[in-house]
Amino acid sequence: MKKKSLSTIYLTIVFLILYAPIFYLMYYSFNSGGKMYEFESFSLEWYKDLFQNTRLLIIVLNTIIIALLSSAISTILGTIGAVGIWHLKKRQTKNVLLSLNNILIVSPDVIIGASFLIMFTIVGIKLGFSSVLLSHIAFSVPIVVIMVLPKLQEMSSTLIDAAKDLGASNFNVLTKVILPYITPGIFAGFFMALTYSLDDFAVTFFVTGNGFSTLSVEIYSMARQGVSLTINALSTILFLFTILLVIGYYFISKRNGRIIGLGARK
Amino acid sequence: MIMPILLIVYYSFLDIHGNFTLANYQKFFTPVYLKMTLSSFWYALLITAVSLLVAYPTAFLLTRTKYKQLWLLLIILPSWINLLLKAYSFIGIFGTYGFANALLEVFGIGKKQILFTDFSFIFVSVYIFIPFMILPIFNALDKLNPSFIDASRDLGASGWTTFRRVIFPLTFDGVKSGCQVVFIPALSLFMLTRLIAGNRVITLGTAVEQHFLVTQDWGMGSTIAVFLIISMVIIMLLTGNKKRGGVG
Amino acid sequence: MKKLVQTFAVIFIVSFALMFWVQRLNASEGYAGGNTITVYNWGEYIDPDLIKQFEKETGIKVIYETFDSNEAMMVKIRQGGTSYDVAMPSEYAIQKMKEEGLLLKLDQSKLPNLKNIDERFLNLPFDPDNEYSVPYFWGTVGIVYNKKMLGDRTFDSWNDLWADDLKNQILLVDGAREVIGFGLNSLHYSLNDKNKVHLQEAKDKLVKLQPNIKAIVGDEIKMLLVNEEAPIGVIWSGDAADIMWENENLDYVVPEEGSNLWFDNMVIPKTSKNIEGAHKFINFMLDAEVAAQNAEYVGYSTPNKAAMSILPEETVSDERFYPSPELTDRLEVYENLGQDMLSYYNDLYLEFKMHTK
Repeated sequence: MKKKSLSTIYLTIVFLILYAPIFYLMYYSFNSGGKMYEFESFSLEWYKDLFQNTRLLIIVLNTIIIALLSSAISTILGTIGAVGIWHLKKRQTKNVLLSLNNILIVSPDVIIGASFLIMFTIVGIKLGFSSVLLSHIAFSVPIVVIMVLPKLQEMSSTLIDAAKDLGASNFNVLTKVILPYITPGIFAGFFMALTYSLDDFAVTFFVTGNGFSTLSVEIYSMARQGVSLTINALSTILFLFTILLVIGYYFISKRNGRIIGLGARK
Repeated sequence: MIMPILLIVYYSFLDIHGNFTLANYQKFFTPVYLKMTLSSFWYALLITAVSLLVAYPTAFLLTRTKYKQLWLLLIILPSWINLLLKAYSFIGIFGTYGFANALLEVFGIGKKQILFTDFSFIFVSVYIFIPFMILPIFNALDKLNPSFIDASRDLGASGWTTFRRVIFPLTFDGVKSGCQVVFIPALSLFMLTRLIAGNRVITLGTAVEQHFLVTQDWGMGSTIAVFLIISMVIIMLLTGNKKRGGVG
Repeated sequence: MKKLVQTFAVIFIVSFALMFWVQRLNASEGYAGGNTITVYNWGEYIDPDLIKQFEKETGIKVIYETFDSNEAMMVKIRQGGTSYDVAMPSEYAIQKMKEEGLLLKLDQSKLPNLKNIDERFLNLPFDPDNEYSVPYFWGTVGIVYNKKMLGDRTFDSWNDLWADDLKNQILLVDGAREVIGFGLNSLHYSLNDKNKVHLQEAKDKLVKLQPNIKAIVGDEIKMLLVNEEAPIGVIWSGDAADIMWENENLDYVVPEEGSNLWFDNMVIPKTSKNIEGAHKFINFMLDAEVAAQNAEYVGYSTPNKAAMSILPEETVSDERFYPSPELTDRLEVYENLGQDMLSYYNDLYLEFKMHTK
């Protein structure tokens, strides 16, 4: 009993710390003063501003589209890549590929952004939606690979041998044995890619253009003049919306008896 | 995907006028940059260690909760809010008149400078990276067969021995991938060094940022990046081999 | 497997639905095709109402894109790929962009409102005869200090920052030119000094300032000073005006040794596809009433003489932000130092920053 309450306390503290800054910025979204300090009085003016701002709405939608599409595509590519790397027999080739994979994670964003910009202009891809999408996919794939690989390595080879002995084709082994087993890794990869994509500023900044913009670019470029509280209001709404979505989805799928969670067991 | 890497290597041999040179590499081996490299590694190591220490119990306890997938999602959610906004929040919370100091006063410790210290820097960095550490560890723990633990207990092993001999080795892959996704990006961290540490902490990421954006010395920036990449590869090889030796 | 496929199918469907929505929005806003210009500016650095007014008056739709540093903006313009029609770089960036051929010459016959600009701010060394640029806002670099926290201490000289009793009290803005610059100024050297002995001297002097420095920060400096996190900050005048308005204990001074005089300017990059529209936009922004309204929104000092007569008397007579010609004489505009010297400045600055412990 004592142990149980200790663990509850620990988790509560972790969650409190995780959400503290979020509550802080939510609180200031109701500030009638213009900045994220010195709370003056309660006001909804930033929310009113927000709903009249079509430009911002377009930017938000763009951000979500890029995040969803890039993480979905990179999850698919990354999973294929991870299975490929895992399938390799030679340890050396494996190591080389893994190192290559990690290079994009270790390179500072500015460098990736600048080199992508040079690349896109050489190749002649018009800057905007497609260039942003491509570069987001590029930096998300390695992350997915890293998340999926340990799941593959955990999988015992007897499982696959057994399936093969029972006459399963390679394709069947992949879809009926491997994929279900690594599903949690795939979802972990997807969510990480989503996180990176939503938060990326440096890469997006360099490769965007022709009126296409994402929320991060917008926010960082506001820094010199002070970030408008409209952004706080926006974050608050998006955050609450996502929470509702997550909880709602969770319970609906739970009732239907099929949970597609991160840690879902086969 | 190889393209940017080639570009980086190419640029690292160019000076600011676009001539071929090795001067950038020479410059890297001056005390200023060596010191910076050391401190980057040191902080990245600290951040990874602290993240692991906090993340492991969190992940472990989460696997024991009722709606575990839901809680896990709720751990990831805060990372979808823009980093700059969260950093501003932390500046407010850790400031002299902020919430953290108010709390310290209540406990009778008195006001302390929290902002612009190593503590705040590591705290906020861990805050940002922790979901990336929790995810793979959670996945590893979650599929852990409870019967292993029961078996170990039945054989008379203490809680600690069970953890050390049974749970931890079985989740080692998850831990490893967690450490990778924290350590590698932590090496090239830059924004927080200014926002939270007030440039009291200078990492290689900061220097790259400056060379690319302020000096426009892409050569030097790329050189540092090449070193980041080399050190990452070395780390990968080291950890990769150890695993083979240990688990077989 | 089935779950995986279903989930990803849902994600793709949602994305495409959202894309459709964005397209509808873009069309209804008139961003798609037609007569548009793309303005490339700092975030929040223009009154959005003025953009609407411009669109209404001219029928030209404004696409507004933002950047967060001069250098990043230059990279984007150099590489092309987007047709920026008007951009707002700082003066040292203009010199560089000119040399690299990134700017188009202005047709002054299409800018009748240029006459509204104070002659003091025309024909400046970075752009003789205003061939390429028109000033947008201007200001200085100086010291913000908190009267409540420091008593009646004043900062007439840069050297006052080195006082022994100011341990851990100073915030600096993170810029090589700014920091090395006031180091040079405190030694009565020029901001654009290229003498390496002088520069080394300035760096050594700045290292001695380290115990007094609490942090070297970026734009957060405003938030920190308003919150009284530290009583002293070295900062741009535009930011100073902004925060003094929020915390009345703060005051701003330009030290007597001199300081930097900076300009943000409007230019037409070579990427422009609607040069006619770009001129119309610049001319619109030079209009007295428009410039006055914009100055009130942004809070920076306007170089527009006609606008100054519309602005409240107390604003324009404030010598801290509209310094007298005598003081302006002591201020220097940054010159382009050349790549090598700029690198040298940055190396010194990095060494200075590394001296923290």
